[in-house]
Amino acid sequence: MNRHTFSRGLVPLSIASVVLLVGGFAMVFLYAPSDADQGFVQKIFYLHVPLAIVALVGFVAGGVYGIRFLRSGDRLHDLRSYVAIHISLILAVGALVTGSIWAKASWGQWWVWEEPTLVSFLIVFLLYACYQPLRFSIEDPDRQARYAAVFAVVGGAFVPLNFMAVRAAESLIHPRVLSTTGGTMPGSMRITFVVALAGMAVMFVTLCKYELTSKHASFQLRALKRRLAGEDDGWVPVRRSAAPQL
Amino acid sequence: MSAGAPVPTRAVVAALIRKDLRLELRTRKSVPAMLLFSISTFVLFHFGLDARSLEGDMAAGVLWVTLLFASVLAINRLFVAEREEGGFDGFLLAPVDRTALFLAKATVLFCFLVAVELAAVPAFAVLLLEPSALPGLPELCLLLLLADAGIAVVGTLVGALAVQTRARDLIVPLLALPLMIPVVIAAARGTAPLWLEAGAEAVPGRWPAILGLYDLVFGLLAYAVFDYLLDE
Repeated sequence: MNRHTFSRGLVPLSIASVVLLVGGFAMVFLYAPSDADQGFVQKIFYLHVPLAIVALVGFVAGGVYGIRFLRSGDRLHDLRSYVAIHISLILAVGALVTGSIWAKASWGQWWVWEEPTLVSFLIVFLLYACYQPLRFSIEDPDRQARYAAVFAVVGGAFVPLNFMAVRAAESLIHPRVLSTTGGTMPGSMRITFVVALAGMAVMFVTLCKYELTSKHASFQLRALKRRLAGEDDGWVPVRRSAAPQL
Repeated sequence: MSAGAPVPTRAVVAALIRKDLRLELRTRKSVPAMLLFSISTFVLFHFGLDARSLEGDMAAGVLWVTLLFASVLAINRLFVAEREEGGFDGFLLAPVDRTALFLAKATVLFCFLVAVELAAVPAFAVLLLEPSALPGLPELCLLLLLADAGIAVVGTLVGALAVQTRARDLIVPLLALPLMIPVVIAAARGTAPLWLEAGAEAVPGRWPAILGLYDLVFGLLAYAVFDYLLDE
């Protein structure tokens, strides 16, 4: 196993995500104006939208790494694809919960079917929730990696298509804050949102790197233990697992 | 054919389709089960909704959800013979293009769906539909064919993914149903105006367009990634 320095840059990244997230939330409460229409509850927007955007980008990134794995056969890409989808799933749960809270606060219901973005997000979440069960139910590690990559590629293409179909089906009551016309966000709101989004994105990268580092360290530890026990370094999976094993 | 000359993909696909259709004709594993399932589901919907007849959105929804669930039955079994009887090995040993298997299986699934619909849609019209003469038949056929193509493409992909897992029966519906939600949206919304109580209205053009786009995107995608689902 060659040495990969997943841990490189982890400290500055961690610091950057803490600074950006704390700074972003400080701006949310101290700098950004309250929404004239919805008041205080609109501030959940600075958490909900970055969570959703970063999760979707993470799903697509998982698909891109899936393509790279299929093209190169490098298992590190499989590991990256797995980690990106794993962390995105966690953020997606957050986006669904915060979206639901926002819906309750501003539309009076926990779930609003007329809301295409939330509904498409739920569909995407349901699809990706099957990623780990799929991996877990395939025993052969090579096949597991290949099939998971195919799933990641299909899922990555499904995300935009699904959003299009759901959006066509429903009326538009979701605020189009990121429309091409620029929306009606005042400058201070926009800056706060950009900082919150950047913080979330950096946090996503940091978390991914932490998981990669941790997985990689445990693989190395296992390899060392095996060497110590005098076993040949033929690759043997310890137990069946949804996570890729190097 | 002379030794060493590559077999044209078209001939391979045709042979595979013939094989699968003959298998279905002799064993009758998929289509009768799908049809029975569809009709049972219509009866269930009759009691579940406590409705003597349906129209508009409700009718379209019941029909499409039923067809989708029925298709899961066929997807579950699509590759089982290949796996259990060594068909994959035989296919991989043959000097033929691998995507031929995808094209053949998608076509076979498409044929199964059309065969089921030929009986299930009239049955639906008799049992549940309010304007039971099936108004707007050409538009309905167009939507059915476009949706069948989408279901066939995605179903073949999911079936090939799931057949090698230990929990095939579980993985197929879990993967296929979310992936096919756009099909249900477009097909049901497109069918609903045909079955309004007040008389059929025109189908808005965006629904066939979305179905066509879905078929195209997933067709190309499945064609590109199917190779990786076959083992060396």
